[in-house]
Amino acid sequence: MISDKLKKYTKKIDIIFLDTDCNAILDKGLKMSADDVIKEITDSGLKGRGGAGFPTGLKWKFASQQKENPKYVVCNADEGEPGTFKDREILEKQACKVFVGMAICAHTIGANEGFIYLRGEYNYLLPQLNKELDKFNSDLKKRKLDFSISIRSGSGAYICGEETSLIESMEGKRGEPRNKPPFPVVEGYLNKPTVVNNVETFVYTAMIIQNGSKSFNELGTKDSRGAKVFSVSGDTAYAGIYELELGMTLEEFVDLFGDADTKAVQVGGASGFCVPRRKFKETIIGFEGVPTGGSMMLFNSSRSMYNVLHNFLEFFAEESCGQCTPCRVGCQQLLKGIEAVKSKKLLPKYLDDLKNMSETMRNSSKCGLGQSVPNCFSSILDNFKEEVIY
Amino acid sequence: MKMIKLKINDMPIEVQEGTKIHDAAKKLKIKIPTLCYHPDLSIAGNCRICVVELKGSRTLVTSCSMPAAEGMEVYTNTLKVRKARKDVIELLLAEHNMDCTKCYKNCNCELQSIAKEYISDTDRFLDVSIKKPIDKSSPSFQKDDSKCIKCQRCVRTCTELQHVGCYSMAHKGDHVDVETFMDLPLNEVVCTNCGQCINRCPTGALMEKNSIEETWAALADPDKFVVVQTAPAVRIALGESLGFEPGARVTGQMVTALKRMGFNAVFDTNFAADLTIMEEGFELLGRLKKALLEKKPTVLPMMTSCSPGWIKYIEHEFPNLLDNLSTCKSPQQMFGVIAKTYYAKKMKIDPAKMIVVSVMPCTAKKFEADRPEMNASGYKDVDYVITTRELALMIQQAGIDFPALEESKCDSILGDYTGAAIIFGATGGVMEAALRTAYEVVTGREVPFKNLEILPVRGMEGIKQASIKIEGCLPEWKFLEGVELKVAIAHGLTNARTLMKLVEKGEAPYHFIEIMACPGGCLGGGGQPIPTNLEIREKRMAAIYAEDRSLPMRKSHENPEVQELYKEFLGTPNGHLAHELLHTHYTKREKY
Repeated sequence: MISDKLKKYTKKIDIIFLDTDCNAILDKGLKMSADDVIKEITDSGLKGRGGAGFPTGLKWKFASQQKENPKYVVCNADEGEPGTFKDREILEKQACKVFVGMAICAHTIGANEGFIYLRGEYNYLLPQLNKELDKFNSDLKKRKLDFSISIRSGSGAYICGEETSLIESMEGKRGEPRNKPPFPVVEGYLNKPTVVNNVETFVYTAMIIQNGSKSFNELGTKDSRGAKVFSVSGDTAYAGIYELELGMTLEEFVDLFGDADTKAVQVGGASGFCVPRRKFKETIIGFEGVPTGGSMMLFNSSRSMYNVLHNFLEFFAEESCGQCTPCRVGCQQLLKGIEAVKSKKLLPKYLDDLKNMSETMRNSSKCGLGQSVPNCFSSILDNFKEEVIY
Repeated sequence: MKMIKLKINDMPIEVQEGTKIHDAAKKLKIKIPTLCYHPDLSIAGNCRICVVELKGSRTLVTSCSMPAAEGMEVYTNTLKVRKARKDVIELLLAEHNMDCTKCYKNCNCELQSIAKEYISDTDRFLDVSIKKPIDKSSPSFQKDDSKCIKCQRCVRTCTELQHVGCYSMAHKGDHVDVETFMDLPLNEVVCTNCGQCINRCPTGALMEKNSIEETWAALADPDKFVVVQTAPAVRIALGESLGFEPGARVTGQMVTALKRMGFNAVFDTNFAADLTIMEEGFELLGRLKKALLEKKPTVLPMMTSCSPGWIKYIEHEFPNLLDNLSTCKSPQQMFGVIAKTYYAKKMKIDPAKMIVVSVMPCTAKKFEADRPEMNASGYKDVDYVITTRELALMIQQAGIDFPALEESKCDSILGDYTGAAIIFGATGGVMEAALRTAYEVVTGREVPFKNLEILPVRGMEGIKQASIKIEGCLPEWKFLEGVELKVAIAHGLTNARTLMKLVEKGEAPYHFIEIMACPGGCLGGGGQPIPTNLEIREKRMAAIYAEDRSLPMRKSHENPEVQELYKEFLGTPNGHLAHELLHTHYTKREKY
């Protein structure tokens, strides 16, 4: 049962899951020039919905400027961030819009081949997706459009959600991040210009083409335009997927989803930030506050934040690709370190040493994984130090 | 080429587009520490030691991978940079086996030096080192994962330089590891024992299996007659481990040192290299005769067989081409068998009591000496193989003040050699030596190159080709008149593979191919002093050719001791006894 308040709120936005005429969007998109598409997407203010938030219009622009050929469009459906499950829902319910977004991107940058890199655990979606894809590809053929999409399956490594690891994995190599630069828009799949966007991002691009940039740009805040699909989980009666306007405060969010005993929200999954109750009011969900790829985990007073942190660190110690030193060894140190303090083998002040070291993880790790591990560590430690120690 | 202007530590510098910050800094005489970086390999950027501050960048950047860009402002020695480097070093130490004093690489370890530089606190972090048994299965080297820092230099060496791909990264996170296929022991995988990974391992995770104690024990045994042979590439690199600059020629001092160490006879693998040229040269001429005169089916191109890493590689990767290999044993093995037969007989020494030690620039030679077929003398032809590095250690152990030693000459009767033998140590050298002899045998004249220097087969290019038109043949070799003898040379197994693919397709128009497993040939062998890079290898190469020029005899067939060997013992090249003792066969091996 959804509360009336929540029902009223969520009714406001219905972009991603609204059934629309995919063919009409495709017609419209393909008639537009590359520059017009790029302008429309840029004007909308859309930023990548995977979590990192790179401006989508700019990414497409860079790729379209590349002289190198062929080019590729890749949809990142390796949804692995703990607490995120919105891409699965989108692919189940609105796959066609994802395909249309990819086709418009291909049209814009000049690509002839597209891939959906599907999380290994989502392989059960394959029969349905392939069926829809066959139809879509043959429609494209009828339109005499030289573009087709196929699916590549991941094998369950979290790191393959990082775009360069994803590309390595697509090339049949071990999923390890590459050095950047060069960025994928310059040298991506098979070292050719490649746009990698999240599932949700592609759907929004399709909808921006349909509705125009203005309707999207009007939503949200200056740095966080538009709406976003959230995966809500944890201590809430309303766990599930919701499309919400960006820019709301955590207080408003908890007011809608909390159980009246929410003590903290982990925004952005394991790699995101933990916000304690006393900061709900001042914290905006968005790029000016705490950004999220969609994961919102609510914790009430029955939860031990040590256990939450321990769980995240265990996850990172295992899911680091192990390539670079700060991430590989740093994750293990954070995990073993909080265990040692908890079991009183080390003094609480060792946590300060760990926090100090985690800054090196943040500024010296090779990719976003290692760089963002300190987020959960520091934010839980800073706000729930007693729980971590005692 | 576009030029880029940037500033490093406020000093302006202009570099070519594409230059990495690390290399740009070098031009300003700024040394940025590295671990995973190696000049012979692709950029990995995974150790994170070389991080620097880049104005405007949220994070630090790795200077090995970041290309210089116009207007960049880079700082290599800020508080932030030093803190990050120190953290990274101490994190590496937290997962490292810290038994440094027990380590063969003690005082020659890149991690150790950098830890010392940063006055690292080894107890700051919790011990997360892994315990895994040391893989000692290979006869050539051992792999100790507890000392691995996951820099992946070995992985890159094995795939990029050698195209063997014996190692890859396995697992992830806290379980990540350098493993062979299915984590099988090294003696059960495609490893060629070339040792290039050892040369580039920054720590003691990969090191040769040494035979130092066995050698000392033999020398101390009054019942044993211990002879030693040294390969051509040892003398131009040994000095690097004993206080000389790369490229120093220390032949005379080396011989003196070996004599002082107590070897009963100090010989030279060069003698056997000259012998190899006799056998291999005549084998080539025999094959050409069969093909061109007798018009019988003959396997061409013929390929050299001196490099044991190459031999194991072709056995695994191109077993269908084994008949192309010369049947000649390598000089090391020819020496062993001649020492335990001809020399033993002549000197009235019981070969059962003779120990043959070879000093090699190579780790694969340890494997070669252990091959079951290498016992034509009735005994193990070569008992112990020590590398250049091991010899350097033994010289130090013996308390020999190496640089101060007077020079001396090898003993007779397996100690004389020509310049043709010494150049075996460089890529193209076997080819050049073979051509010097074969051309003269066929025409009665010297090869038509100034000072006998066949420049087209020399140099560091990965694959070299050359041809010589044979004119004015002696009557016996008339069928070769006007033939353009085509040859090719490759060094490093990746280049060898390229050439073999052509041979497989029948697109290699060559009569004779020389392959050396290691970059630069034996001078860049897996048993040579560490570090290695192109500059060092070029200096060693220059030393080899200088050594050749300095010798009175430059053609293998002129070696008087080799001539005597044929006259007194072997009969003719490729004759019956020669075949029995000096030639071998090969084994088809699986890839997995």
